[in-house]
Amino acid sequence: MNTKPLYFHRQIADALNNDKLRASLAAVRDNFISHRADAITAYNQHGDFEQLREQGRQIRDESVRDMPDLLRTFQQNAQRAGATVLWAKDSAAACRLCADIASRHDVKLAVKSKSMASEEIELNDALSECGVEVVETDLGEFIIQQNNEKPSHIIAPAMHKRRAEVATILSKTISTKGDDAESLTRGARQYLRKKFLQADMGISGANFLIADTGSALIVTNEGNGRMTTTLPRVHITLAGIDKIIPRWRDIPTMLGLLTRSATGQRLSNYVSISTGGGQNADGNQHAYIILLDNGRSRLRQSDCRDMLRCIRCGACMNHCPVYHTIGGHAYGATYMGPMGQVLTPALQGLENAPDLPHAATMCGACEVVCPVKIPLPSLMRRLRRQQVRQQQRSYREKILMGIWFFTARHPLVYAPVASVITRFLMIIGGQQKRIHHLPFLNSWFGERDLTISSGKTFRSMHKELGL
Amino acid sequence: MKTGIFITCLADAMRPQIGFAAVRLLREAGVEPFYPPAQTCCGQVAFNSGYFDEAAELGEKCADLFIDCDKVVFPSASCCSLFRTHWQEYFNEDNKKMAAFADKCMELSEFLHSVSYSPRPQKYLQATYHDCCAGLRELNIKNTPRDFLKQAGVDIVEMRDCEECCGFGGVFSTKFSGISAAMADRKCKNIAATGTNTVLLGDLGCLLHLQGRMQRTNGDNIRFMHWAEVLVAEESSTP
Repeated sequence: MNTKPLYFHRQIADALNNDKLRASLAAVRDNFISHRADAITAYNQHGDFEQLREQGRQIRDESVRDMPDLLRTFQQNAQRAGATVLWAKDSAAACRLCADIASRHDVKLAVKSKSMASEEIELNDALSECGVEVVETDLGEFIIQQNNEKPSHIIAPAMHKRRAEVATILSKTISTKGDDAESLTRGARQYLRKKFLQADMGISGANFLIADTGSALIVTNEGNGRMTTTLPRVHITLAGIDKIIPRWRDIPTMLGLLTRSATGQRLSNYVSISTGGGQNADGNQHAYIILLDNGRSRLRQSDCRDMLRCIRCGACMNHCPVYHTIGGHAYGATYMGPMGQVLTPALQGLENAPDLPHAATMCGACEVVCPVKIPLPSLMRRLRRQQVRQQQRSYREKILMGIWFFTARHPLVYAPVASVITRFLMIIGGQQKRIHHLPFLNSWFGERDLTISSGKTFRSMHKELGL
Repeated sequence: MKTGIFITCLADAMRPQIGFAAVRLLREAGVEPFYPPAQTCCGQVAFNSGYFDEAAELGEKCADLFIDCDKVVFPSASCCSLFRTHWQEYFNEDNKKMAAFADKCMELSEFLHSVSYSPRPQKYLQATYHDCCAGLRELNIKNTPRDFLKQAGVDIVEMRDCEECCGFGGVFSTKFSGISAAMADRKCKNIAATGTNTVLLGDLGCLLHLQGRMQRTNGDNIRFMHWAEVLVAEESSTP
């Protein structure tokens, strides 16, 4: 599957016609929403989730503000503990670093725990070009890897698949006793266990990089993260520079927000923290940490820098009615839903994703559930403004906006124009007072009727009201 | 106290009855509204489309028209929220005129509540209520209109996911017509499941979109009204 944000409209049409997708989305949507709501209700019995959100926002604001200093501190502490810290300015550089490490240590097989940064840089492709086999070990990622697909959700990558499809896909690779969830999972587990033991290198992402200890933290529910970071002799942590948080003692706040917002869990099944490497570490002999920029520093300088607070919980897409309607693949990018509508233009360039910031009704559901209070609708609006300022909008729209604006700022013109339009609509509407179609307005009338209730404007009647 | 009324551009052209209803409710609450006919549009469509300069010019014109008022009432939460919640996004934060205007703006149900309005009893009506996004999430309007309706004798049958967006979103409904219609279909299904034939809400954009979609797909069985229209229903709602 190869999609791009540039072809968003075409991808939307495909998604809207996909009945299977709609069934999957409906099922997952209700689970995500109710699990999070239950977790927050439970938290509020003894605490105040709003207060936790505010603490989280402050920690992440500080992280974004002090990012360069915190990253330097992180590098010093991680290296002191025995890890090698490397910097990658873009995808190509990060892939090159991973390939170099693999070749230096004679790696043939790598296991990977879930990492959106690795999806962002398309690491699997880069490594397989160098002859390294990469096996995804998160169950969802494993499923879609067998089907050559990309994640449709950042924390539930195979959420667009129903169980029957999963069984068909997995039967190509693994042997299972049945096609129930337990048999499928057991089959995958047996297959992956061997890979863990054979692998020369483990690749993981990071949910947080902790500056004052030089540690990388990941949350998983399957334990695959811990095995990826400890079993193979080489370990690479690949993380965006925005994952930095200042202090070890910030962990409880950030984890409390992350897992409740993501899956509604009080805590994930596993929290794995890796600090350093080398002879003294409990596991691999060679630990590398690659800090990926790939547009993040540029984003930090822009008026959308609040986006860097994001902790990738997925709550925004779980609560987004647009995401519920089209699913993750339609966005054509690594990050989907509201977060992706800001991140993708910021990371790949607004001109390469011109429609994404517009695919929102501004309903605000994302903003009210965001654990770090990112004002997502406002950020999308800023991207829209940026397009206006940089002349990236269509002539048709500019002309329509120009005509509308001219009338709206001249009340003496506006009043008769509004009257004529109202009268005209009334005539078109006929006895039924209903319009089914109007030429040039297919974008409205293609999907809806319009009911006309009065042939007169309010302003033309205000005197009769005694106003 | 001088109270202005802002008749939104959609209400002006598409449903003046909503304006009449708002005026009548204000009078019932003992308030004579001031209506400057030079008002046009709040500029929300320009703001949401990223044309901030144009939105700012219209916003300032609105503030000027109501400069002598203590309060300005909007029978639409999204237009009201533009000035109250969002003005700092497209004006300088130290713009005193817009800051003062923001403090004046109130959505109709908020204002009626603040002047201790109590509705007249109406004929028995069963209806479901759709929470419009800007009112719900930006102005925290949830119970006030419902309470007025209940006091007037309306039996509200809540629909599933009444807080979920209907898919209108202004220009979104034309830019992403397919997604918008699919979202409306979910809402229409939830409306139909209540078994009521009246849907009440507080924003005209959502109303026209939902009504238009319902008519296109399901016919005419269900009517859509602004909640204010129900509260004045007993008498004729034309002047």
